[in-house]
Amino acid sequence: MNAPAYNFAYLDEQTKRMIRRAILKAIAIPGYQVPFASREMPMPYGWGTGGVQVTAAILGPRDVLKVIDQGSDDTTNAISIRKFFAKTAGVATTTATGEATVIQTRHRIPETALNENQLLVYQVPIPEPLRFLEPRETETRRMHALAEYGLMHVKLYEDIARFGHIATAYAYPVKVNARYVMDPSPTPKFDNPKMDNCPALQLFGAGREKRIYAIPPYTEVVSLDFEDHPFEPYRFNAPCALCGAEDSYLDEIVTDDQGGRMFVCSDTDYCEGRQAAGHHGSLSAAPYREKAGSHG
Amino acid sequence: MTTIAELPPGFADKVLSAQSTFRSVMDAMARPGSVQRIVPMAGAPDTMMRGTAAIALTLFDHDTPLWLDARMVESSDLVKWLKFHTGAPVVQDCSIASFALISDGTALPQLDRFALGTSEYPDRSTTVIIQVDSLASGRGFELRGPGIDGVATLQASIKPFDLFERLRINEALFPRGIDVVLVADDAVVAIPRTTRVVSKGS
Repeated sequence: MNAPAYNFAYLDEQTKRMIRRAILKAIAIPGYQVPFASREMPMPYGWGTGGVQVTAAILGPRDVLKVIDQGSDDTTNAISIRKFFAKTAGVATTTATGEATVIQTRHRIPETALNENQLLVYQVPIPEPLRFLEPRETETRRMHALAEYGLMHVKLYEDIARFGHIATAYAYPVKVNARYVMDPSPTPKFDNPKMDNCPALQLFGAGREKRIYAIPPYTEVVSLDFEDHPFEPYRFNAPCALCGAEDSYLDEIVTDDQGGRMFVCSDTDYCEGRQAAGHHGSLSAAPYREKAGSHG
Repeated sequence: MTTIAELPPGFADKVLSAQSTFRSVMDAMARPGSVQRIVPMAGAPDTMMRGTAAIALTLFDHDTPLWLDARMVESSDLVKWLKFHTGAPVVQDCSIASFALISDGTALPQLDRFALGTSEYPDRSTTVIIQVDSLASGRGFELRGPGIDGVATLQASIKPFDLFERLRINEALFPRGIDVVLVADDAVVAIPRTTRVVSKGS
């Protein structure tokens, strides 16, 4: 058998056309969830089947693909998807944010600012921001049609009434182009400001829920809040233990059963880049030295 | 009578040509007013520009009802070419069309006769593809909206002359509305429903 067992980038052409048409409408109506005929993919729901289908529909042979999972290039999910496209599309892959033309992400936006030549593809589990407030799709559709978002403000208000502040820390709702309330996928709210006026096109794919939506470049994205309780991005008040960064989003890592813990950059490429540039943190290994006399 | 064998060909490489064409159209839609080039070429039947033919091969299939303007529908070669290469059903009623192809802008129907989508499903609207004289010279248009960093300027020679005035129905209709793709030979510019013309020179 000489013919390859599957098409370029795995999906058949009819599926790609359907997804491509959905992407164009998603861009034309920023923040609106376009239904699409999501396919079974060779991976389970929850592993990024929506993002993978969007990536498969846009990817070309000259693209350079980066895949991150919670900021990391090195987790099972990120490596699997990167290998999937290296195998089915033969594309070059990278872990460096600056070198990538297509970045598929699960729940983070890279720390390095994106540029106009890049595409950011989000894997989305639940695309409907109102779903946990109103389970009926017919009703949430009507609410979006009428721009009736009072319920979301009530939810944020209840946070304040109960905790004294807006306790939503991830999947923090945003309003896109002053019209649609949108779920930014479960990114930490630290990342929300990066969505606003971003030079890169942002595409969102939800495989199980069969929705595609988009934020065009240079589009206003506002995190919902109140005048007396303005939106505040959250990060642990510590420098990265490996690179010393004070501006990056941090993961908390438990190091023992005595309460010991360390904070490190969630974005591994950013952290490694800073370490390579000579930055170091409190728990960095001592710089490697040749043994005295070994090169004498 | 034209036989299938005499029809102009489709893409030489269906998969990669469609991908490249889609990225041009996607970039155009994401950055309204910017002129994108369509690189892969297919044989185009008469009255259809190269860019339009490539877009048709990339986006049309049996799921996309297609409306053609009078000049196109008169060309049996063009209708046969579309039918053979895309399989898209050609419909008489433009209010159910996914795509409309306009070769003669002066005969563009009233825009509200196309599908505008519903408030619940604004994506169920017609994408109107209009062939124009030039996307490099002509009147100057200043555009604002999502996808544009401040103001985008477009130099174009477009028929109908009042296209942007007509597209102002999008302001009141949003999120319903009409998305327009302008094609001049291999150049493509998209005007999604969010784009507003702020001023224009001569």
